[in-house]
Amino acid sequence: MSQAAARTMAQADPAQVAVQMIGVHKWYGQFHVLKDINLSVDAGERIVICGPSGSGKSTMIRCINRLEEHQRGQIIVDGIELTNDIRKIDEIRREVGMVFQHFNLFPHLTVLENCTLAPIWVKKTPKAEAEDIAMQYLTRVKIPEQAKKYPGQLSGGQQQRVAIARSLCMSPKIMLFDEPTSALDPEMISEVLDVMVGLAETGIAMLCVTHEIGFARKFANRVIFMDFGEIIEQNDPEEFFNNPQSDRTKLFLSQILHN
Amino acid sequence: MTDTTQSYAPGTHPDLPPPSYSRGPIKWMRDNLFSSPTNTVLTLLGAYLLYLAIPPFLDWFIFDSVFDAGSRNECWEKGDGACWSVVVVRFSQLVYGFYPEHLRWRVDTAFILLFVALGPILYDKVPFRRYLIGFSLIYPVVAFFLLWGGMGLEHVESSKFGGFMLTVLIGVTGIGASLPLGILLALGRRSDLLVLKVICICFIEFIRGVPLITLLFVASTLLNYFLPPGTYFDLLLRVLIMVTLFAAAYLAEVIRGGLQAIPKGQFEAAMAQGLSYWKMMGLVVLPQAMKISIPGIVNTFIGLYKDTTLVVIIGLLDPLGLSQSILADSKWQGLSTEIYIFIAIFFFLSCFGMSGYSIYLENKLHTGHKR
Repeated sequence: MSQAAARTMAQADPAQVAVQMIGVHKWYGQFHVLKDINLSVDAGERIVICGPSGSGKSTMIRCINRLEEHQRGQIIVDGIELTNDIRKIDEIRREVGMVFQHFNLFPHLTVLENCTLAPIWVKKTPKAEAEDIAMQYLTRVKIPEQAKKYPGQLSGGQQQRVAIARSLCMSPKIMLFDEPTSALDPEMISEVLDVMVGLAETGIAMLCVTHEIGFARKFANRVIFMDFGEIIEQNDPEEFFNNPQSDRTKLFLSQILHN
Repeated sequence: MTDTTQSYAPGTHPDLPPPSYSRGPIKWMRDNLFSSPTNTVLTLLGAYLLYLAIPPFLDWFIFDSVFDAGSRNECWEKGDGACWSVVVVRFSQLVYGFYPEHLRWRVDTAFILLFVALGPILYDKVPFRRYLIGFSLIYPVVAFFLLWGGMGLEHVESSKFGGFMLTVLIGVTGIGASLPLGILLALGRRSDLLVLKVICICFIEFIRGVPLITLLFVASTLLNYFLPPGTYFDLLLRVLIMVTLFAAAYLAEVIRGGLQAIPKGQFEAAMAQGLSYWKMMGLVVLPQAMKISIPGIVNTFIGLYKDTTLVVIIGLLDPLGLSQSILADSKWQGLSTEIYIFIAIFFFLSCFGMSGYSIYLENKLHTGHKR
């Protein structure tokens, strides 16, 4: 067993843990989507989650900021346990950024307004300061010149980079990426992945659902494979791709490598 | 002239202007008026019909019309056209109803201030908008005292209100009050709170299921039986409330349609950034939903505005009510065409203005690629 996997089992130092999931279960009606998920993510750790569709990857990361509700088990985010308490949910959402498959930018606001909305209204940052910060992050994702445009005027890759900048503007400790490149044309995938690789050293803990193997090797400290709502295997990227342990992982990898 | 084929290396072909027949008015006429033999025949036929209809109408409407007669008979002596004199003579009654003559400046002031109050709401480029919006918020109170009196102004019974003033009063109040109420009802109907949701559904379905006239009758007669004896409750005020509730129920459904068109991802993105319910709705969801609902909202507003004429049934004298008393006057008998056309022009201009503003707003709020 690798170090990364061993770390999940051990009791980690609470100050160093960004996300902890203990015995998490979730059902959609009768359908058991998540089965006994145990996962600990260290501060600054970068995790890629892969697996066949319907395996519960998205559901798992969406539980972390309460876009989905878990029914059993504990989820502790940045030291705060997720319960039905709306104040705690709001507190957690302030610390957790999320990037969606379909970008979900606000079409009625300019790129800059998209990036300043939450800082101004949630964090009460003064407008001028919020705009400065937004321009910094837009520069970081390499589209400061598009700040005054509306999302509908940008390409998919540009929109997704704006979405990343928008999340960063809240200076999150944790970032969730839900298949950020699945809705993009092949030409635009790399521009988004490059930006994400560039975030590697920011100290933000990142969980990314993706099937991009090359990206996973460059980006991740740890790769998690999920199937049937369970975590089947986790390992550091080189070990995971070169030497998969379970048969299901081997089958999955052979399928995505064939395409 | 070079008719020879010129070849370019890939990527170096210059941008050429489109050929002359595919742009400008010539293209428009080819596309719209003469695109086929049938179309050409129909165009010529249409032009001939317009030639037959327009000049006689203009003669009657303007060139042969009479403005300065004292009675219908005098009109007929002076010209063959429309007898606009009836409108000229009775103009102030059509506008103010029986509002006391020496106090009519108060109605005029309220009307002018209405535009001062609407300006900063309707246009975002008005100077000092931030301060003028404050005036917009207190305008209803100002208008109330100007029209009804009080605070040192002489009291005027609402039974004296009438004419276009009454139409505008009911229309503007109904529109202004029903929009926020409609938004709240639409949000309530989609709420997760069961009790709130049931209340909103019952309210909407009840009000929508009953004709406006019924509600007006309830306002004018039945309500008195339900209220404690001796309670004084101005009839016009009761009508305003009923009209507002009626429009709000329709608006709620129009806005609910807009809310349903907003993708789930917008809600999720707003929630994921930590926006509370009201901020998510106010900053992200409603601006988009309202934009989608603009045609339906304006449709409801125009309907409400025209429905104000129904108040004549419970004895309020809107322009149509007044026209009946004018036509009963022996001096002006039989001039219904002129009066009704005049009233129709007023309603058309009001409603066309609302429609025009909605189109302006839709264009202004359009943020993606156009077509």
